[in-house]
Amino acid sequence: MRILTLIRQVLDAEESVRVRNGTVDLESSKLVMDAMDEYGVEEALRLRERGADAEIIALAIAPVRAEDALRTALAMGADRGIHVVTDVALDAIALSAVVAQIARAEQAELIFCGGQQADWDSHALGAATAERLQWPQATWTNALELNGTVLTGKHEADEGSESFELSLPAVVTTQQGLNEPRYPTLPNIMKSKKKEIRKETLDAFGVAPKLKVTGVEIQVKERLKKILDGKDATAAASQLVQLLRDEARVIS
Amino acid sequence: MILIVVEHANGKASKSTYELVTAARGLHREGGVTALVLGSGVASVASGAALIADQVLVADSPELAQYDPEVWAAAVAQIATEGEAHTILIAGSRSGREYSPRVAVKLDAPLLEDVISLKDEGGVLQAEHYTFLARVTERIEAEGPMAIVTVKPGAFAAATPGSTASDQFDVDLILPKRRLTITGRTQEKSGRISLTEADIVVSGGRGVGSAEGFTQLVEGLANQLGAAIGATRAVVDADWRPYSEQVGQTGKTVQPKAYIAIGISGAVQHLSGMNKSKCIVAINKDAEAPIFKIADYGIVGDVKEIVPAIIQELRK
Repeated sequence: MRILTLIRQVLDAEESVRVRNGTVDLESSKLVMDAMDEYGVEEALRLRERGADAEIIALAIAPVRAEDALRTALAMGADRGIHVVTDVALDAIALSAVVAQIARAEQAELIFCGGQQADWDSHALGAATAERLQWPQATWTNALELNGTVLTGKHEADEGSESFELSLPAVVTTQQGLNEPRYPTLPNIMKSKKKEIRKETLDAFGVAPKLKVTGVEIQVKERLKKILDGKDATAAASQLVQLLRDEARVIS
Repeated sequence: MILIVVEHANGKASKSTYELVTAARGLHREGGVTALVLGSGVASVASGAALIADQVLVADSPELAQYDPEVWAAAVAQIATEGEAHTILIAGSRSGREYSPRVAVKLDAPLLEDVISLKDEGGVLQAEHYTFLARVTERIEAEGPMAIVTVKPGAFAAATPGSTASDQFDVDLILPKRRLTITGRTQEKSGRISLTEADIVVSGGRGVGSAEGFTQLVEGLANQLGAAIGATRAVVDADWRPYSEQVGQTGKTVQPKAYIAIGISGAVQHLSGMNKSKCIVAINKDAEAPIFKIADYGIVGDVKEIVPAIIQELRK
């Protein structure tokens, strides 16, 4: 079977966000594979290590620079990559049309996608892809097992968690707790340099964005920053409670 | 018409439903606001919805007793098509954000996710939402005729119910077979106010020292204030607290009137889940901790001394 793991390249969480020319400046920042996608790659590898006969394909639909993130996936152990190179900012609904076409062409049976990506804070790509393929989905998955063609696992619902069961083909979106992603070892990094990344252009897929981004802003709420010295715990506590009661009026 | 999908629990429409009505009314689009109630034994939910919407459609069926993303998407798409809805508003809960993309694909419509503002400018839908782990506010727009919108919980004021009930209509739906079988559920501990709806959240990080420290300090203060309890990822990973209490990128997003962070240094992923809180209070021994940069009030000191002193002060 073929497993497709979707890769997004996002800002490293330690980097600060900068806005330039009406867009978030990524070119001069450190970029990494989204941590949510690492869970997907890792889980695909673990399914294989537990006995699934699987080829693992990492897929990115992103600018040229995203090849680094794809290489990371290959260094973790994915077999090959597909890179649809584009600078067009596609929203999740439009992007899902590309993913679905590739999934069909590759005859994939399982797709991993991040539960919420750290760049666009979207939850939509996995579900939209599942709908286009007419597949079921399990979202925010934090435990997974594959027996034959049946997936069982656990995921987070609105209130509490649920155990689920579904049959392949399916889309699974990832969540913290699913696994502890491995670090690529040096030999595997060397090996990954020889692995294939097939390049495609977006034109072939006939998709256009459904949303227009008209501006970005970093809105920082002005905070009061009234920070007290806690050497005298009782005095500081008393002063804080008074401020919260009389000034902020958040407690009674 | 504008279609809103009623979110409900325990026979009542949730707070998010009232917020959807406010967002819908603010559009001033033609055709009024139609509320869709999906569920089993939902008569009381429908009566409640009739006080806030111009019309209520009720699909009451045993098949709809439990939420399922494919079933919900099929139901909403079907109603939207039959009623010629031009805008569909869905709560930005985990389930709402899970099935709404399917509706968008079925109707070949744009999806505006987790919006905090929404307006109609000459037929173009304009909205704002957060991106980059809630550090950036992005303005987006979608041209008509049809759009699906998920609304961030807490971003809009709750609509006030009127005194006269609008008409209710029963609808029949052709529903797909469920393919995701739910074989078990672990409910979150109730008895405490829900994390996402609480006015005050008391949250703890690794700085509280241990599971016992968390209970004593965070739970102690939360009990005193009638607050909900939050936790950082580190605390959940260490098994001091359940995942259901985690605040941040991979947990819950909250924006209470007051967020009291105890022993939390303030990693970006945690801040993304609480940085929109109206008032942020931080207690931490490290004066350089990032949490102080976004705090309104704070104490630099030992949480094991400060927090008991606060509880003592509140008891006075």
